[in-house]
Amino acid sequence: MFLNKNRFFSNTDLIGFALLALLIFVMLPVGLDVFRLNLFGKYLTYAFVAIGLVLCWGAGGILSLGQGVFFGLGGYCMAMFLKLEASSPEATKIQSTPGIPDFMDWNQIAEIPFWWQPFHSLTFSLVAVIIIPVIFAFIIGVAMFRRRVGGVYFAIITQAIAAILTILIIGQQGYTGGVNGITDLRTLKGWDIRTDDAKVILYFVNGGLLFACLFIAQIIRKSKLGRILIAMRDQEDRVRFSGYDVANFKIFVFCAGAAFAAVGGAMFTLQVGFMSPSFVGIVPSIEMVIFCAVGGRLSIIGAVYGALLVNLAKTTFSELFPELWLLGLGGLFIAVVLAFPNGLAGIYKDYVEPRIALIFKRKMHIDEDVSKYDPLEAAAD
Amino acid sequence: MSDTPKKPNKQMEASRRSVLMGGTALAASLFVPKFLRAADYPTAAVNTTGLAVTDDEVTIGILHSITGTMSISETGSVQAEKLAIEQINAQGGILGRKIKYIQEDGASDWPTFAEKAKKLLVNDKVASVMGCWTSASRKAVLPVFEQYNGFLYYPTFYEGLEQSPNVIYTGQEATQQIIAGLNWVAETKGAKSFYLLGSDYIWPRTSNKIARKHIEKLGLKVVGEEYYPLGHTQFNSVINKIRLKKPDVIYAIVVGGSNVAFYKQLKAAGIDMTKEKPLLLTISVTEDEIRGIGGENIVGAYACMKYFQSLDNPNNIAFVEEFKKMWGDEIVIGDVTQAAYLGPWLWKAAVEKAGSFDIDKVRAASPGIELTTAPEGYVKVHENHHLWSKTRVGHAKLDGQYEVVFETAELVEPDPFPKGYQ
Repeated sequence: MFLNKNRFFSNTDLIGFALLALLIFVMLPVGLDVFRLNLFGKYLTYAFVAIGLVLCWGAGGILSLGQGVFFGLGGYCMAMFLKLEASSPEATKIQSTPGIPDFMDWNQIAEIPFWWQPFHSLTFSLVAVIIIPVIFAFIIGVAMFRRRVGGVYFAIITQAIAAILTILIIGQQGYTGGVNGITDLRTLKGWDIRTDDAKVILYFVNGGLLFACLFIAQIIRKSKLGRILIAMRDQEDRVRFSGYDVANFKIFVFCAGAAFAAVGGAMFTLQVGFMSPSFVGIVPSIEMVIFCAVGGRLSIIGAVYGALLVNLAKTTFSELFPELWLLGLGGLFIAVVLAFPNGLAGIYKDYVEPRIALIFKRKMHIDEDVSKYDPLEAAAD
Repeated sequence: MSDTPKKPNKQMEASRRSVLMGGTALAASLFVPKFLRAADYPTAAVNTTGLAVTDDEVTIGILHSITGTMSISETGSVQAEKLAIEQINAQGGILGRKIKYIQEDGASDWPTFAEKAKKLLVNDKVASVMGCWTSASRKAVLPVFEQYNGFLYYPTFYEGLEQSPNVIYTGQEATQQIIAGLNWVAETKGAKSFYLLGSDYIWPRTSNKIARKHIEKLGLKVVGEEYYPLGHTQFNSVINKIRLKKPDVIYAIVVGGSNVAFYKQLKAAGIDMTKEKPLLLTISVTEDEIRGIGGENIVGAYACMKYFQSLDNPNNIAFVEEFKKMWGDEIVIGDVTQAAYLGPWLWKAAVEKAGSFDIDKVRAASPGIELTTAPEGYVKVHENHHLWSKTRVGHAKLDGQYEVVFETAELVEPDPFPKGYQ
């Protein structure tokens, strides 16, 4: 079967997925008011990026410090569509040129530039949300991996790209909204995205997409492709000598990570109601790596918890101790990385999983299969 | 109304604080008659929309960056707002209710501002918010305030082109700050040519657009216009261009940390601003920024805004004294800090005029509110939610203070959508 239990989902994986689904689809919506639920929806958009990073970094050994670029591109594509819809001539009649986005008017641009035009169409925009970041990732991937640029050099280059894109967006403020970003987004095809009902619906859409990405990531990880990625991470040359085109695999996984991040970006725009360059630059990109590191860079489920936990800590600390919260958060990172180098997933694997496995062993004592040996975790350094 | 105070101790404290605060009988005579008792304003009547108002307390929000790159600028605003709240409470609060504040950190990050604004409005149901500093943070919270019908007092001088029913702008909009200064430099200094430069975002760009239009209206010339990203520190190329073009005035709207590099490099390049050849006129350097730049690096420059710490009037002398008493002698007070101080007072006046905390009623009561006790002098809220205020030019001294050399005779009308300047 396609979703052969033994091949793609071990029992512990299934339990992990089920627990996460329970948390996201039942416990949070039941236990929280709409405001807090919307916040969790926002945190979950970062989980998309973290899942992509588990694939690229945890499995493939490609550390990208520029995932914010793809998150931002996805978010901007969505924001451009929503902004055009919010800029009807009636809504903007106070401007000197009604019918164009407000920031263009402030910058003396009198008509919508040609490359904004396609974003009048929702279909185009939705396709663009994924395609544009993937094309961008593909170009970067081909340029880097074909030349065998990797490791630290690759990380530095992705960081430079994040910086360049931020400067570009800020500099071209007439076309992009500059530092302010694209703000005041209101409706999606006439559907007001700011109401409480809309927030709840968007939260569930977001959760559904997250699980779709999780399944795709799980399948990539557990397929032959995933094993090659791990082989590449640990002994790139041996894989190359065995006849595999290493660059192609790297490009693929980098593009997949970019696509996940882009979906997260688009959902972020929808749920938060604006997009700005502060999600594109170096700092947010590194923060995204931190989510992944705290959750455990070898576990896709861990990455989701990492994104949730760090952002929740951020919100809670800053509400409780507005003057000192950054210190507390910094302390948390240092503690987690020092004490648990494999993050939350490492804690789970070391302390929780053995007990669960024990229960299963008692039930079906013949479940001692080969998949028990998981190279993903076994190769953890 | 009975004159016997319910809580004699508080009353005594109130008058003691008033005397302290005012330093003169002026403040006391202005505020004490307004002492109102909560019993005369039952909560059910003054709060019909479920805000955080109880029989003896009303909760408001303070939303500024106290971490991150903007914290240097925004800390002053937080301090001013807390001072105003303490003073109002010492005088019996608003409609007999003490102000309690919930402070949130925007962390110099615009989405965080939006998140915290929403938290204050939805979760805490605050009756008003004092907050924001950069335009970007205001733009990020604006949809939140409009959606949940909150009420924001925004203290920064800014680019205009905005007039939200949910915001009172206590700083100057661009034309108020720019036009009077350009007229002054053209008339008294005989300036003919200008070099415009600024940080690359909407406020400097819009301000320079208005400046350019006005300079051209005066029949004078703009010889150059340039922008640099926020945080930029290499100004040598523009300084060389300035030396080449020899403008009469450098019109600088450089923001934040870049200022330090800009003024040091100007000085290092041999441009002595005290000689006024060229003269430097800025609208972005308050006393707060000079602390970073260093008085010796900027001495001789001119700044055009509505408030300087050195203003010589009884309101301001008392304000500066109280501010230093609360926050320490080292502190300096810039334009925005003073504007932030006005927020709680303007809100108090509007609530008392409306006789209610309901946001729609406070909004309706706001236009026409006057404040005779403002440190900058008399101000008044315009129909368009901005303040009528005077514009002043200060001359930077070695000790980091400005000496006021010019002040408009009348209050300048706020005009956030200036015809002919867009």
